[in-house]
Amino acid sequence: MAKIGLYIELKDGVFKKSNRELLSLARKGDHAVHAVIFCADVRPYLEELQGVQTVIQVSGADLSYQPDRYACTLATIIEEFQLDACCAIYSAQGKDLFPRLAAKIKSGLVSDCLSVDLEKRQALKPVYSGKLLAEYQVEGGRALFTVRPNVVPVTPAAGGQPEVKSASLHDGEPRTRIVQVMQSAAQKVDLTEAEIIVSGGRAMKAQENFCLLEDMARVLDAGVGASRAAVDAGFASADMQVGQTGKVVNPKLYVACGISGAIQHFVGMKTSKVIVAINKDPEAPIFKKADYGIVGDLFTVLPLLKEELKKALG
Amino acid sequence: MNIYVCIKQVPDTEASILVKEGRSINETNVKWIISPYDEYAIEEALKLKEKLSGSKVTALCLGPERVQNALRTALAMGVDAAVHIDGGAALDAQGTARALAHVIRSDKEFGVTFLGRQAIDDDACQVHLLLAEELAIPAATNVLAFACDGQKVRVEREIGGGTREVIEMSVPCVVAAAKGLNTPRYASMMGIMKAKKIEIRRVALAETGVDEAQNKVRLLKLSAPAEKPQGRMIPGEPAEAVRELVRLLREEAKVL
Repeated sequence: MAKIGLYIELKDGVFKKSNRELLSLARKGDHAVHAVIFCADVRPYLEELQGVQTVIQVSGADLSYQPDRYACTLATIIEEFQLDACCAIYSAQGKDLFPRLAAKIKSGLVSDCLSVDLEKRQALKPVYSGKLLAEYQVEGGRALFTVRPNVVPVTPAAGGQPEVKSASLHDGEPRTRIVQVMQSAAQKVDLTEAEIIVSGGRAMKAQENFCLLEDMARVLDAGVGASRAAVDAGFASADMQVGQTGKVVNPKLYVACGISGAIQHFVGMKTSKVIVAINKDPEAPIFKKADYGIVGDLFTVLPLLKEELKKALG
Repeated sequence: MNIYVCIKQVPDTEASILVKEGRSINETNVKWIISPYDEYAIEEALKLKEKLSGSKVTALCLGPERVQNALRTALAMGVDAAVHIDGGAALDAQGTARALAHVIRSDKEFGVTFLGRQAIDDDACQVHLLLAEELAIPAATNVLAFACDGQKVRVEREIGGGTREVIEMSVPCVVAAAKGLNTPRYASMMGIMKAKKIEIRRVALAETGVDEAQNKVRLLKLSAPAEKPQGRMIPGEPAEAVRELVRLLREEAKVL
């Protein structure tokens, strides 16, 4: 029986839904699961954490995310509780935190995992932008994994109440200091964790036309993405780019509008469960990769689709 | 300031990648490029050099003989010196970070080190942060804006949904570039000519004290992912097709 640590990520105090995937992953084996959570009061999260053996609540005067403090705290906890393996979400924070932790505890980390065998310490991850899959083995010491959002089937939390133990936040002076967090005015959906994404390409023709996608995104509670061509043409901002030099996304539904389907774009969204393509050109490569395709002018199709979705979901 | 930039040579983004003997790729006909995020790192290093007079940029690259081409490209863009750490293709991220740190540390006055936020081959997203820990200096990753007065560094990084963190650190430090940080320059003809005359310093991997036997992460197998079956075109007039699409998404795909 392995002792597994899970770094439970909160965003502005809200339990991120991908934490459920980490919990489901850990529940699969016969493991002693330890959930580490940085918060002043752990009670609001206990229902989600049912069945976990131990919840380790980290408290301190200022719990705002500071990578050095968080990494040092986790290193201490891993040592104290003798955890064999630790997992986190492959989120912006997980990407920032776990490599630092790996260095501090001198242990191997596999990032962006699609599946993890916690017993054998093996994990499968996409490489070459998803053109290939690599299976890695973590040797010696502890094993660290960050898991891509939306890949682990979620099972419901069940079982007894966890035992709550406390740990204190490392209070050393951080080398790297986050001095400010600037919220974007638009409060956009985080694409890497979005369940539905509607995305536009060069055929959107202008920045103003992205409002067609935004309207549809509101109906679907979706994020809005863009191809590199659309970003380079100035129709969309760089944080919206999906693809090799942008974000890798993994939603259950990806709607590609006026995107031809170049390999650089495809590798950023190919693991989407269902891909819909809307394009004027019946020869566009995107249709070879889509589950459903509609050949048509997107300025005609998108407003119709929005209305139809409204009716269906209303 | 002595500025460093660590780059990696990777297959071109257009290249189709085929597995060879389970754990490597078929390199025949592969065109090699500098990993795109590392180009942003080079550009930012050059901009910093132009801002702080008396600065020098050194590029580091680890890998086999062919990576000398990547270093030549960096030199042609305006980098002043280049170090080729010869070998280490199968090192894990921590081994790579230690080998890079060995070279950077030998300069007692190293300043800011730039890297890309990830290399587009193994997509590990780790080396920059591991390097900073190895050198015991601060680091910021996924950086979209960078400012430095010689002593202090201020960066902005995207953390999802367009939200940005502002980070302050002191020099020396590590900065990992994201797309959007800058637009990399092209090498000028003069730059290319000049680059040809610069000698690339070669460091054998053994000199760094790092070897593959120390790997903590071992590659077991590479494989091609399963191909998606060909999808379905929905015929008909737009209004009709859209109705059918929504029905399929709800009843067949069950994603709505």
